[in-house]
Amino acid sequence: MTFPPSPSLPDESDARALLRSMLLIRRFEEKCAELYTQEKIRGFLHLYIGEEAVAAGSLPVLQPQDSVVATYREHGQALVRGVPATTIMAEMYGKQEGCARGRGGSMHIFDAETRFFGGNAIVAGGLPLAVGLALAARMQGEDRVTACYFGDGAVAEGEFHEAMNLAALWDLPVLFCCENNLYAMGTAVTIAHAETDLALRATSYGIPAWAVDGMDVLAVAAATRRAVQSVRAGGGPHFLEFRTYRFRPHSMFDPELYRSKEEVAEWKKRDPIPLLAARMREAGMLDDEGMEALESEVADEVDEAVTFAEEGSWEPVEELTRFVYSETEEVS
Amino acid sequence: MKTTYREAVREAIREAMDRDDRVFLMDEDVGHYGGCYAVSKGLLEEFGPERIRDTPLSESGFVGAGIGAALGGMRPIVEVMTVNFSLLALDQIVNNAATLLHMSGGAFNVPVVIRMATGGGRQVAAQHSRSLDGWYAHIPGLRILTPATLEDARGMLWTALEDPDPVILFEHVLLYNMEGELADDAGPVPIDRAAVRREGSDVSLITFGIGVVKALQAAEGLAEEGISAEVLDLRTLRPLDDDAIVETVRRTHRAVVVDEGWRSGGISAEISARITEGAFYELDAPVARVCGVEVPTPYPEHLERAALPQVEDILEAARALISGKDGTL
Repeated sequence: MTFPPSPSLPDESDARALLRSMLLIRRFEEKCAELYTQEKIRGFLHLYIGEEAVAAGSLPVLQPQDSVVATYREHGQALVRGVPATTIMAEMYGKQEGCARGRGGSMHIFDAETRFFGGNAIVAGGLPLAVGLALAARMQGEDRVTACYFGDGAVAEGEFHEAMNLAALWDLPVLFCCENNLYAMGTAVTIAHAETDLALRATSYGIPAWAVDGMDVLAVAAATRRAVQSVRAGGGPHFLEFRTYRFRPHSMFDPELYRSKEEVAEWKKRDPIPLLAARMREAGMLDDEGMEALESEVADEVDEAVTFAEEGSWEPVEELTRFVYSETEEVS
Repeated sequence: MKTTYREAVREAIREAMDRDDRVFLMDEDVGHYGGCYAVSKGLLEEFGPERIRDTPLSESGFVGAGIGAALGGMRPIVEVMTVNFSLLALDQIVNNAATLLHMSGGAFNVPVVIRMATGGGRQVAAQHSRSLDGWYAHIPGLRILTPATLEDARGMLWTALEDPDPVILFEHVLLYNMEGELADDAGPVPIDRAAVRREGSDVSLITFGIGVVKALQAAEGLAEEGISAEVLDLRTLRPLDDDAIVETVRRTHRAVVVDEGWRSGGISAEISARITEGAFYELDAPVARVCGVEVPTPYPEHLERAALPQVEDILEAARALISGKDGTL
């Protein structure tokens, strides 16, 4: 598919912030992969590498009062939203200093401070929640947009269609962010969807929707600004299909039998980080020194996160059954 | 005042809507239709379509939206027309409502109340007659209530709404028409204890929901035969009131558990196990169970009757325990 020409570069500090966000996700997750092989991180680990432009371009458009609902591949969203890298890493270690006290791990990042509502590991399970959060905002008369991230796989779920219909029917302030990375685990969109134009599926509910080059962080940011502005102005739900690609396997257990090395290599040519860096260099906003400085800043942040997680503590087993029910005093 | 179970539930909803702006009701047909069981009749006119919200047939969607709205600061009452349809919303109830507090390490609680009509006995066949209260009671993170009296129909909802965590109320379809006297000042009731509905000394009939009505009738019949039966209304299936269960068995030394749900893996099995754990040496006879026959509920009246626990079944089970026909000394 051909996309409209990429938007022009923003000013230097904004461009640098976008690059830094993407780089932080990339380096943070590379460290996660390493820590996984060292068995510091266990369970499922789904890396976002390759898709960084989506989180980095879209999330900064939101305001602090807005809400975010994400999937099990949500480290990128959490980092850009402002959940501290330290508490995310501690969460992955399963330490009680983690943003969910270690109870959730990699797939379940939650953070009340930044209104980050998870971390949902049931595909499409977060969409109805986003509808409800938006309904609450509307009923309370609050200026709050709910951004809901999900993958192409979710579009095949019944909950997707129920959520689309409800959001459109009730005219709710939701931004649906579909991260179409072409595979639901190992199932290509072409063998899972009768209609592979996913934005078109949303338009059938009367929801304004368009496809965006998800490898171009500037395109992502521009499309999100336009959509969020309209949602905030009372334009009802909007839908963005970010066409993107996951460079790494689905999870650490995936032998990648379903796609060719050539295909992956082809997509890596559109790696969002070098793509932006090259444009910044061309515009004289970035040189080797600048890039090194950025790398070093990001490395420090990742190191700090790892140290924080390493120094974290294990929740005593005696606390196992906490948080099944609230600990606030109940009315009897 | 004279009222019905249906009116008591409606009054509870009305009171909640009056007391708290964050409360709203949503389900299929709660508004314009007036509620499948006429529970919400008239509320649309009173509170308007924002707060008495008709939904499309999207159980997973609107139950999930209720959970999301609860996360967003509202106090939704999500009705699911019948428990049968709640199977379409299991992902939201189990994976989200029951789980988010724990999985978020206490960051996000889910103060949603879900009401469902439950049970059989109306000749509407298998897909409209399920009793899955015990299933839901299996899930940590949920609180399961089974109002069986007018007082509980009137009073449990507000207490449930004040609970910071998800609460499911099961209203048995055969109870909606139940008539009786309710105090004019009836209001919120506690939801964490079982209640002895009739005191007795020979046998305990332990049950909930429609079982309470049937057990009370059975106790009446047993009294005529000189058998003194105690009826324990569990009221809450999660958490179970272990103390009340053990206490009643201590008084009577015999227990019959009555559950419209199936016997295998059902809540009756759990109750029986708790009696064994907590009052084994108090027992004069093995715990007996009167449960739904293990068959999808059939349509014809005579077969449906045979499939569901009836008063005669309870009588028979109690008599057998007393006379030792169950094989005990």
